[in-house]
Amino acid sequence: MMNRIKQKLQEDNPPAGRAGKLLSIYFTAGYPQLNDTVQIIQDLEKSGVDFIEVGLPFSDPLADGPTIQESSTAALKNGMHTELLFEQLKDIRKTVSIPLILMGYFNPVLQYGVEKFCQKCQEIGIDGLILPDLPLDVYQEEYESTFKKHGLINIFLITPQTSEERIKAIDEASEGFIYMVSSASTTGAKEGFGEEQAAYFNRIASMNLNNPQIVGFGISSAQTFQQATEKTKGAIIGSAFIKHLTENGVAGINNFINQIR
Amino acid sequence: MTYHADEKGYYGEFGGAFIPEMLYPNCEELRQNYLRIMAEPSFQEEFHQLLKDYVGRPTPLYFAKRLSEKYNTKIYLKREDLCHTGAHKVNNTIGQILMAKKLGKHRIIAETGAGQHGVATATVCALMGIECVVYMGEIDIARQAPNVARMKMLGAEVRPAKSGSRTLKDATNEAIRDWINNPVDTHYIIGSVVGPHPYPDMVARFQSVISEEIKAQLLEKEGRENPDYVVACVGGGSNAAGAYYHFLDTPEVGIIAVEAAGKGIHSGESAATSVLGKVGIIHGSKTLLMQTQDGQITEPYSISAGLDYPGVGPLHAHLYTSGRGEFISITDDDAMIAGLGLCQLEGIIPAIESSHALAIFEYRKFNPDDVVVVNLSGRGDKDLQNYIDYFKL
Repeated sequence: MMNRIKQKLQEDNPPAGRAGKLLSIYFTAGYPQLNDTVQIIQDLEKSGVDFIEVGLPFSDPLADGPTIQESSTAALKNGMHTELLFEQLKDIRKTVSIPLILMGYFNPVLQYGVEKFCQKCQEIGIDGLILPDLPLDVYQEEYESTFKKHGLINIFLITPQTSEERIKAIDEASEGFIYMVSSASTTGAKEGFGEEQAAYFNRIASMNLNNPQIVGFGISSAQTFQQATEKTKGAIIGSAFIKHLTENGVAGINNFINQIR
Repeated sequence: MTYHADEKGYYGEFGGAFIPEMLYPNCEELRQNYLRIMAEPSFQEEFHQLLKDYVGRPTPLYFAKRLSEKYNTKIYLKREDLCHTGAHKVNNTIGQILMAKKLGKHRIIAETGAGQHGVATATVCALMGIECVVYMGEIDIARQAPNVARMKMLGAEVRPAKSGSRTLKDATNEAIRDWINNPVDTHYIIGSVVGPHPYPDMVARFQSVISEEIKAQLLEKEGRENPDYVVACVGGGSNAAGAYYHFLDTPEVGIIAVEAAGKGIHSGESAATSVLGKVGIIHGSKTLLMQTQDGQITEPYSISAGLDYPGVGPLHAHLYTSGRGEFISITDDDAMIAGLGLCQLEGIIPAIESSHALAIFEYRKFNPDDVVVVNLSGRGDKDLQNYIDYFKL
């Protein structure tokens, strides 16, 4: 079976009105309630989201701003841990077919055992991983073959400060999409896009990379989604969705998604 | 065989740069330039001039006669407690502020636990007229009021870290987040031999002046450059890295690291990372760290705020696992008693961190003709309240 991320990126008949722009949603597993994980995934799929990034909470999420930090702290307090997340997700493929990506920091994966972690992901039907603090060179030297053996796509980040040479190397190493961080910031730190971002989006678009780019950080509304996807394949919403969950619990996920696109 | 960092910042299996892409350009800029800048004659000249005239180096290597008599061995104290600002920390901040200037940075950020590194950073920023923001855990701000006041007097802004456990590791997270948000004009002065490459190696090199001086001073006093043992306390491990540096590849010099056992190694309130830690990633470095089975970083405990860190620098993780270093853990009680002992025998009030190193003599026998150098990393002024409370003075 083809990897669901690749499949989604290659679909050439997007639903009417979406102009082929993809929406990915991030949430922290175990938040707001410990056992909300499956419900959130099912509701996101029903709402027409294209990818889901399930966050594995970490005690020290140094690339995240306060919103995601707090959701991680709360999830850990609720009792979330790696094995439990796998347990919650074990039958997920019986009810959803949406591409699923696990996102987290490298240390919990390392402690679980990288091989065992990847194997478990494959059993469940996880399609990709985003581990921001697993550097490109270490991935290539030590873990690429393990990820590939278990059908997992590793998704890399680029930022406005990433050099052209390094973007090319990351494009070369990627096989799904490139996670394009919209500005020099932690998650949820900035809202909206200015000329600087427009120039950055244009610059990357003109590089004609092999992999499509999906923009993350700073997207919270229909307007920012539209701006972020003008030159790219899609956008990711994390902090704004976490805020929605904080205020509403798992109710009204559909409404949140519908106001984005 | 060397115990120094390789080109990619690895000490054996430890070290490296496990950082999100947002930090890559900052660390890469530093990595590409730090050795070149440090080798520039103008840099060396300014660095050594400031160490001499501003910090007060070389610090004495003092033969502790009464302490030696008590333990029947030859004990020398490397008096880092006599450095300006009261500890070895300033050796590194002087080096890094000059590095930041060479890199054209206009803003400095730092993390601090007890406030010693924060004060040392605020000091050099005042000296150079550079904006300074120090992140400090909310809990530490409450219990280290004098150092918070010092930083403010020196013109630094002290920002509370309100996330997680609100102590040193969270202050470090906040400083890293600040750096992610300000990648171009800001330099992050890390206070220990921790963090992503090139920090552990760069900080060790700035602190290596300690062992450089020990060699010269010992030659003068004992007619030989190499002691039999060098003893230092290890939290993150910067004073230890500096004291060991020029002896790392000299196997005849024994390296002894003293960690904080807190209320006892297995009491659940300890900071003895070599015993309690497992290999993992903390603050961008692969090293030994205290964590849950699930890989969540746990909160250490020690009466000494400077040893209260859940990891150790990758150099020390390598010294431990390779067997090059001998690691011993000392409890709060034993450290406090050793600290008071030094006051009474030698008239020196040590920092509680350094008191841990001094407690070694109760636990390990040395030969009468062994030359043992203990790095007295800081003075005890900052710990007065702790001493008062502990001994009901």
